[in-house]
Amino acid sequence: MTFIDRFSTYHLDILREIGNIGAGHAATSLSKLLNQKIDMTVPAVRLVSFDEMMDIAGGPDRVIVSVFLRIEGDAPGSMFFIVPPEQADRLVRQLTGDTSFTFEYSSENDMAFSAILELGNILSGSYLSSLSDFTQLSILPSVPSVSVDMVGAVLSYGLLELSQQSDHAIVVDTSLNEGEASGQEVNGHFFLLPDPDSFETIFNALGVTEHE
Amino acid sequence: MNKTMSVIKVGIADLNIVQAPNTIRTSGLGSCVGIVLFDSTTKLAGMAHIMLPTSTMAKETKTNTAKYADTAIPALIQKLLDKGVKKYAMKAKIAGGAQMFQFSSSSDMMRIGPRNVEAVKEQLEHVRVPLVSEDCGGNSGRTIEFDPETGYLEIRTVNKGVSQI
Repeated sequence: MTFIDRFSTYHLDILREIGNIGAGHAATSLSKLLNQKIDMTVPAVRLVSFDEMMDIAGGPDRVIVSVFLRIEGDAPGSMFFIVPPEQADRLVRQLTGDTSFTFEYSSENDMAFSAILELGNILSGSYLSSLSDFTQLSILPSVPSVSVDMVGAVLSYGLLELSQQSDHAIVVDTSLNEGEASGQEVNGHFFLLPDPDSFETIFNALGVTEHE
Repeated sequence: MNKTMSVIKVGIADLNIVQAPNTIRTSGLGSCVGIVLFDSTTKLAGMAHIMLPTSTMAKETKTNTAKYADTAIPALIQKLLDKGVKKYAMKAKIAGGAQMFQFSSSSDMMRIGPRNVEAVKEQLEHVRVPLVSEDCGGNSGRTIEFDPETGYLEIRTVNKGVSQI
């Protein structure tokens, strides 16, 4: 049985619920941080080829700001928080009060990188701690790392473990949107990519056998 | 009169060949390595987007040959041989193998870029195809496009613009 055949729609629904809970907590954190209303969409769980995964994030060539962290503990995996550069600019401006900042022209701005890193850290942290509470598994995020580069170059890191077993990935994709009232939209995505062996751990922790 | 040209796209863990005047491209190389094998006389070239250094890492039952350095290069050579390219005429150019994230963790997986580059070079030596130029390492993603007509490999990065090797 290949990697992707192991999953039924029931399993994907469980993963969707995980994304839902995680992103819900992350949205609350972001909302508190920015003191603004934040909407989240119903998460999508997608079974995709590697190329399709790049397309979800806007195509392999597109430049994005990404915060990447490895998940360690009982259920290892990778997590990305990605935002388009112009929206990351606005998040940084709101957080630091530096109104002229752009990622495009100041790739050496330590303060901004630190701010977006911390933002990613807080959001991923609340996502993962809710996942940990929900499953009773020990889930430890690594120190995050930030990168402003092409989608393909960045996301392929999260696929390394997976690529040894499969040519497909299961992506738990949730997006956060800043309230439309402000007229400016922030559209951030969380990608949760459990390592192949972690799926069984997660399902078992929730009392679901993998072959159902 | 203009000739119609098209760009052949190579996805992740994928390989393909191209005949001039068409060009061949792969986008968003991070830790992955893009390799081009070409013959300047017949103007045929092949490109692979390699993700991992060796197929001994594979835990899958059916291996995708284009994914691993040690299987992708022989597969690419075979494809070119089938098209009538002589082995002695083949030359190689490589790009990629960057270190996108700085991690303190000692995980070998995070050093994958340099390992991919080493594996590709080793394999090229093994099959005796000369490596004529390379643009590897660093910490930025690359999009590469090869033109078999001129033999130039164009490399685009986000911060450093376009260069040719």
